[in-house]
Amino acid sequence: MTETGLQSEKLPAEPAAAPVAHDLFAKFDPLLAEREALMSSGVRDPFGIVMEQVTSPTTAVIRGKETILLGTYNYMGMTFDPDVIAAGTRALEQFGSGTNGSRMLNGTFRDHVEAEDALKEFYGASGAIVFSTGYQANLGTISTMAGRGEYVILDADSHASIYDGCKMGDAEIVRFRHNSVEDLDKRLGRLPKEPGKLVVLEGVYSMLGDIAPLREMVQVAKKHGCMVLVDEAHSMGFFGEHGRGVYEAQGLVLGEDVDLVIGTFSKSVGTVGGFCISNHPKFEGLRFSCRPYIFTASLPPSVVATAATSVRKLMTAHDKRARLWDNARRLHAGLKGLGFALGTETCDSAIVAVILQDQAQAVVMWQALLEAGLYVNVARPPATPSGTFLLRCSICAEHTSDQIDRIITMFASAGRLAGATK
Amino acid sequence: MTDRTAILDTLRTQIEPFNKKGVAITEATSFQGDLEWDSLTVMDFVAAIEDEFEIIITMNMQAEIENVGQLADAVEKLKG
Repeated sequence: MTETGLQSEKLPAEPAAAPVAHDLFAKFDPLLAEREALMSSGVRDPFGIVMEQVTSPTTAVIRGKETILLGTYNYMGMTFDPDVIAAGTRALEQFGSGTNGSRMLNGTFRDHVEAEDALKEFYGASGAIVFSTGYQANLGTISTMAGRGEYVILDADSHASIYDGCKMGDAEIVRFRHNSVEDLDKRLGRLPKEPGKLVVLEGVYSMLGDIAPLREMVQVAKKHGCMVLVDEAHSMGFFGEHGRGVYEAQGLVLGEDVDLVIGTFSKSVGTVGGFCISNHPKFEGLRFSCRPYIFTASLPPSVVATAATSVRKLMTAHDKRARLWDNARRLHAGLKGLGFALGTETCDSAIVAVILQDQAQAVVMWQALLEAGLYVNVARPPATPSGTFLLRCSICAEHTSDQIDRIITMFASAGRLAGATK
Repeated sequence: MTDRTAILDTLRTQIEPFNKKGVAITEATSFQGDLEWDSLTVMDFVAAIEDEFEIIITMNMQAEIENVGQLADAVEKLKG
């Protein structure tokens, strides 16, 4: 700009005081204070764990100590599978370390297509879209599928990525009480008939490890003319005959009952990435409209190569599936036997959540477990339902019987120390 | 009693179980500032209001509602 407009001929009598810069970081004060109080009580930082070495799907070295991993979502233990590693290594050598671009432009390599083909086969679906993370798969799909004037109806305990997908889009957002079929029905009944509606459900809710009554919920959603999206992030590989998730285990069919399934490569598949699959004939339209798909770099070739190999192996991983369920049931029964309050009465999924009184008790117990050689997740509000503090265990097919026994023993002494059990 | 007075009376009754600090409720009472409700309390309260009036207050609308008076306006409008 060269125009400077009219200039005043003399300085104002009193120069205006320079505006005081408002410290935008001030909003973090309460959080930082809470954290400082926690840290000054002498505990280790639950959100600052570094794995110095990872020696198997179930073990790592943390601060020089061999530690059993029980909080990684590595359900099927695919991260060290020799075929998976070989596929990744080959792709890294043949295609280089990264794609430098969007899936829409220069970022689609052979193995991105290969990963989508593997997913189509895994789910028996006509369409699959691979995103750079599971978070982006929800963000992109939800924000793009439901537009202005349309509705997204979501469970109150939905994952952050689902909430953020709602926030990013232009649709009207309606929430129903967690896993309540009646509440969903009631709320859908109050909405105008005409606009399009997307009901968003999860197969397994990852905080407590409880599963959704999908069959009943889908029935209600369809009664009110809604389309249905199910996030199966925490069920892939070990729910249903083909490992497709809770919807399959409950006898629901893609394309009839469920319109879209969201999944991730970062849990059972053992790498990183997200996806959406569907049988809808116009599914490819989503690919061309979805901002979190278009305006980001695609996954590195080694990642999609490992994903494709892992997804194909999961189709027939019946032994692993059986071992995972066996481990999960043993751990659930063991912890219940010790008198812990758990997220679910029965072993419903591969997540066992131990419910504790408050943050102090959760952190004391978490630290005792870590020092004994066991890593679990600490979860706190707002991530958790009803303001609860949790120690979350996610079980792996590769945990040995001996490890499960040791885990239960470690919980017994940590629980006594923290006053969570007698 | 006008519709709006009736709505405000019902809102007061519905707020009561969540009013842990015993704050006096006027139209200017804000949910976050005065009642100091967290997001979980807001969620439970909104569900209760929705069921009481048989309406839906979308999350988009909730974002615009800060105090009791604004909630009464919204309920009045939604009840049509």
